[in-house]
Amino acid sequence: MQEVILSVGIDIGTSTTQLIFSRLTIENLASSYVVPRISIVKKEVIYRSAIYFTPLKSQTEIDADRVKEIIASEYKKAGMKPSDLKTGAVIITGETARKQNANLVLSTLSEFAGDFVVATAGPDLESVLSARGAGADQLSEEEREVIANVDIGGGTSNIAFFRKGVVLGTCCLDIGGRLIKVENGKISYIFPSIQELAALHGIRIQTGDPANAQMLYRVCEWMADQLAMALHVTEPDKFHSKLYTNEGHPLPDQPKIQGVTYSGGVADCIYQESEGDVFRYGDIGVLLGRAVKRNTALQTLKTYPAKETIRATVVGAGTHTTNVSGSTISYAKGQLPIKNIPVLKVSAEEEQEPAAFRKAIRDRLLLYKTEGVLEQTAIAFSGKYHTSFRQIQDLAGILIDGADEVIRGPYPLILVIENDIAKALGNALNVLLERKKDVICIDGIHAGDGDYIDIGEPMAEGRVVPVVTKTLIFNR
Amino acid sequence: MVNENDLRTIIEQVLSEMNLGQKDQESQKSCAACAGEPVIEEGCIPDVTEVDIRTQYLVENPVNKEAYYDLKQYAPCRLGIGKAGARYKTDPSLQFRAAHSAAQDAVFSDVDQEFVDKMGLFSVQTQCDSKDIYLTRPDLGRKLNDEAVKVIKEKCKMHPTVQVYVSDGLSSAAIAANVGDVLPAIEQGLKSYGIDCGTPFFVKYGRVGAMDQISEITGADVTCVLIGERPGLITATSMSAYIAYKATVGMPEARRTVVSNIHKAGTNPAEAGAHIAEIIKKILENKASGTDLKL
Repeated sequence: MQEVILSVGIDIGTSTTQLIFSRLTIENLASSYVVPRISIVKKEVIYRSAIYFTPLKSQTEIDADRVKEIIASEYKKAGMKPSDLKTGAVIITGETARKQNANLVLSTLSEFAGDFVVATAGPDLESVLSARGAGADQLSEEEREVIANVDIGGGTSNIAFFRKGVVLGTCCLDIGGRLIKVENGKISYIFPSIQELAALHGIRIQTGDPANAQMLYRVCEWMADQLAMALHVTEPDKFHSKLYTNEGHPLPDQPKIQGVTYSGGVADCIYQESEGDVFRYGDIGVLLGRAVKRNTALQTLKTYPAKETIRATVVGAGTHTTNVSGSTISYAKGQLPIKNIPVLKVSAEEEQEPAAFRKAIRDRLLLYKTEGVLEQTAIAFSGKYHTSFRQIQDLAGILIDGADEVIRGPYPLILVIENDIAKALGNALNVLLERKKDVICIDGIHAGDGDYIDIGEPMAEGRVVPVVTKTLIFNR
Repeated sequence: MVNENDLRTIIEQVLSEMNLGQKDQESQKSCAACAGEPVIEEGCIPDVTEVDIRTQYLVENPVNKEAYYDLKQYAPCRLGIGKAGARYKTDPSLQFRAAHSAAQDAVFSDVDQEFVDKMGLFSVQTQCDSKDIYLTRPDLGRKLNDEAVKVIKEKCKMHPTVQVYVSDGLSSAAIAANVGDVLPAIEQGLKSYGIDCGTPFFVKYGRVGAMDQISEITGADVTCVLIGERPGLITATSMSAYIAYKATVGMPEARRTVVSNIHKAGTNPAEAGAHIAEIIKKILENKASGTDLKL
């Protein structure tokens, strides 16, 4: 028995804005005489929008009304209504997330977001989403190699690398096709650190200079060199660390990256040598693509074709953000969906010691108080240390004690567990609380401290809930 | 001929000249062993059943060990265990025999009375008098003896909404391993749904079909038996729950709903108990079980 949910992905990036609709198929993979195991079995993109330049009012402000118009027209073209959509993600990525009115843009889009679509961003998440959209995770599993995806967009290059489908690290650099813009044969914009990088290698360029393709290609060569350093193909130079977005971290240098896929707008110029005017997009994208393709250090890595190039991030956002919970869970009727719930994570060490467990919940709940009022919070833990019936009863006691403030408050008690114990724990809590308090207790979900979580309406006859875990909104 | 003492003196002299005095004691020990005196060592031989066969990979000079190892993680199978000539290696062969013995033990041993008492269950028996009769006469394993019928009528609450009981079936080990988690989890689940539950008990030498007679005696709406599954070579402690709405003797087997593979490496027993409670709730709501009920 299969069930289908529709998901939307909207990506408002530095240079382009795109939208996709996808269809996620869920199915019970277990036979009928064992406990169900419901999973997402198929992910298909059913509609791809045109690719629009992200409308900007100025260098620091997104044109929210125009963005809204674009999205509205694409919904119409696809014949979709917000109410058709069960899940998805709106993400503001790259340099655009640094614009002053990013949050406002997200809120103007909320009417298209259906009941359950979310707004997310942050370079780490973007790196992972674009890599999944490009298929690097799957490739690493099939080829049994360490594969990195480099998503070279307008403002940033987002890198994530995988082994056997598991993400090992992400980073984000200020290297992109639109960090130098060209209008009417003249340089109209240069991102400061790129200007600095060029100057370091004796190339002096300034806004207003005539755009010299040869000179700008040399700048692109130095940018490609920086990508090779980021992938640990070559030793980093002194300048390298300055290129990480928001003073972020480089990738771990182990394990060694063996293969690479490229996505993002620049990727098409890497996979194919392009003819014609190099400045036809009004930027250095074509030159940067060429420089990356010809870079000898990067050529030492095996280059694989990406499943998606310019659409990798939006496909990632639309198809790879939603998971389904475990199939034996417990939740109060009528409390779902819930969105943007901050996650309070109890560590494995704390979990093993009842007093520390209680204290961890109590202390950390204080952080989620604004003006003395506790906001809605989800408590997450592994659940690996309480698996027998007796231990689950003890766990229920610890939770009721530690989270008594939540229980006295207006919001349901939300528990997010990795290990398969949610239904038994939910029953234990309901008995102890005499069903006087709504409890939402789900498992099969990993969430970290500082994550936000959305839990959707139950599916598959109420057995599972779709869950979106979001890592740090606007990681500045 | 040099006698032993002279030999020792010479060796000691040589050793001390070589400034190896600290190794003196060791060499003495090995000498003792050479001389045929038995040496009693402290410690144990590693328990072959402690080996996790998912993580044991014994192929020598493999082409791609990592890939094979990853495949092994999907299921606890005896794969990649290497061989010695045309035969199994010693370790896998011992493990196989240990697993086979555990399976036989699970069938032929009885559920510990102490365990039954600890769970607060009383015991009754089918018309089988021994394991041999139980194994050779399945029909008798489906019928309670007269004493059992009488005791159940005396001790059990009549006409409960749900009657849960435990039976050894083909694995006593499964009962000992899982009932402590599954039974209370079912009872708690039913309680949280506000469903009334009868008096649980234990049936020795029971087959699944005995639940039909028990259903008729107690008059329960739903009867659920927790019963040991026929053991295999991977686990001897797997348990099933068979659940039926208003079971009657002679009813079609298709009216039973089953939840199987409840064991530590399968479905977590406490979670399975919670799941069974929900299935019982659905059976009550739909007044149907087995193939009549779409789950």
